[in-house]
Amino acid sequence: MFEKALSGTKTYFSWIIFLLIFIGIGFACYLYQYNEGLGITGMSRDVSWGFYIAQFTFLVGVAASAVMLVLPYYLHDVKVFGKITILGEFLAIASVVMCILFVTVDVGYPNRLLNIILYPTPNSILFWDFLVLNIYLLLNLLIGWNVLAAERKAVAPPQWVKPLIYLSIPWAISIHTVTAFLYAGMPSRHFWLTAIMAVRFLGSAFAAGPAFLILLALLVKRLSTFDAGQEAINKLRNIVTYAILASIFFVLLELFTAFYSNIPGHKHAFQYLFFGLEGHNKYVAWTWISVVAGCLSALILLLPLARKSNAWLVAACIGVFGSLWIEKGLTLVVTGFMPSPLEHITEYAPTLPEIFIALGVWATGFLVLTLLYKIAISVKLDPNSASIH
Amino acid sequence: MGINRREFLRIAGIASLWGLGGQAAFEILKPGAIEAQARAPLSQGKKWSMVIDTRKFKTPEDFQRCIDACNKTHNVPKVANVRQEIKWIWTEKYENAFPDDQNQFLPESMAHKSFLVLCNHCTDPPCVRVCPTQATFKRPDGIVMMDYHRCIGCRFCMAGCPYGARSFNWRDPRKFLKEPTNPEYPTRSKGVVEKCNFCEERIAKGLYPACAEASNGAMTFGDLDNPNSEVRKLLKENYSIRRKPSLGTQPNVYFLV
Ligand code: SF4
Ligand code: SF4
Repeated sequence: MFEKALSGTKTYFSWIIFLLIFIGIGFACYLYQYNEGLGITGMSRDVSWGFYIAQFTFLVGVAASAVMLVLPYYLHDVKVFGKITILGEFLAIASVVMCILFVTVDVGYPNRLLNIILYPTPNSILFWDFLVLNIYLLLNLLIGWNVLAAERKAVAPPQWVKPLIYLSIPWAISIHTVTAFLYAGMPSRHFWLTAIMAVRFLGSAFAAGPAFLILLALLVKRLSTFDAGQEAINKLRNIVTYAILASIFFVLLELFTAFYSNIPGHKHAFQYLFFGLEGHNKYVAWTWISVVAGCLSALILLLPLARKSNAWLVAACIGVFGSLWIEKGLTLVVTGFMPSPLEHITEYAPTLPEIFIALGVWATGFLVLTLLYKIAISVKLDPNSASIH
Repeated sequence: MGINRREFLRIAGIASLWGLGGQAAFEILKPGAIEAQARAPLSQGKKWSMVIDTRKFKTPEDFQRCIDACNKTHNVPKVANVRQEIKWIWTEKYENAFPDDQNQFLPESMAHKSFLVLCNHCTDPPCVRVCPTQATFKRPDGIVMMDYHRCIGCRFCMAGCPYGARSFNWRDPRKFLKEPTNPEYPTRSKGVVEKCNFCEERIAKGLYPACAEASNGAMTFGDLDNPNSEVRKLLKENYSIRRKPSLGTQPNVYFLV
């Protein structure tokens, strides 16, 4: 099937070249980092995780959100998702690829990365995260490819795929839960030390992922003759609506606990985010953009606007995705380090090479996504493949 | 200690060769040392700990002597960029070392005082719990160790340590070393984490940690499990505090105030 990715329009190839350029720049910057060490990033003794791990955290959510299609389609027989479930699974694959790359570029000694498996350490959450992420990637590759291959021949997918599909549902939940546990179990990091971290992660993931999928589906409709169907889009829209509302609610819960308890350590991080702490306020503007974008998008989704026109829906989805990207892909990780265990505030901002490496990884993810989508859509549109849809 | 143990044994050995006999050498060189020898030798403790008598640190030089001794012994690089510094033992103000104890009416002497801070070699260390490769591990004698060759540089342990005791080699540390380096201790490479190791390499030889040795008796090192140890005596006779005790990590560095 892969040959389908090798033919396409001019626009298709220009896009691929555009991505390759970014991958190239990112790779060059990575070589620089590899030689010099992580000292070329904006990270420090006090803020020891930065942009890379934040992207990783956000993208695990996007990967997990595929379950929002798989679950209704396979468990509740929501037929309208039949056409796009594969798009969700392929989005998951691209996201996990990015996650793994982001972890790889973040470690100080990449040549030793395999030590995680060579010396399995069950008490370390990172060991489990490594495990569940890789298995999730494998699951989605197996499922996606086999379902698509079957569709091409107009036969039912092989029997052994079914149990894998069912397994992938709790597995998706597990990848984001385990990722939340990376943060939620650390003493003295008040901002992360919250029992609702995992549900907060799932809430925001189930909003951001499907919002992105809506955007992708509408884009695909424009670029090709493949139409996911308005009904599927509408259903996704409902998922995004409830998930973003839950997500906002969870943040309010955190604010209540922090400020009603009045415990300084719990308040500091939120003060840093919303107003700045002792004159340090690098992320205040970002936080408010995220808050306003998130709330406005939720409003648009709740009012009949987004139901009447897809233009509003697109705006709301961009708002949701952007808002949650700021929350998880930018502020959540950094704020955990404010203030440091010794009550110092060291601010963090990614450096240019750091940003280019991150862009390179994103470009790689988009390349994987583009190729997979190209294959999936070619199969679906091919008059010779007896596609059922 | 006026002379360190190794030196002492060497002199004692020479003295016995001269026919004075080991015991006589002890009496000449170090009166009272024979009782001290009745304690378990330094290399065999069950739970190493450090007691820092903060009252004995008067001038900035008192701190610096200890810090320099450590840095020299372990080839700790002097990184110019403070954001990416390597610190094994350093000073902090009271409110930073003990942030949970926020009392605006602290005696002046406390409020502006510096405290030496270092890895606490916690009894229940979160850094060990989170490390995915066992590069950070706890020895049976309580020392929390780093295996520089195992570490992948994920910096999970830095997020996990609630005392800011760990440093990461953001760049090649060898570039920041002043010659001559101590050939008996390895230098590190970029991309790995490091921290205070309670001078395990010295303890193995029966020597006291470098900082304690340089402290003129302000820092005491010993076995908490031994009821007759000096550290136990100090803790029995003085009021001591520990950093962030509410977290349950059970730090093994005590501060007499
Ligand atoms: S002080 Fe920090 S680095 Fe040292 S043992 Fe405790 S948790 Fe680990
Ligand atoms: S940075 Fe090294 S010592 Fe720290 S958790 Fe990772 S592997 Fe373990």
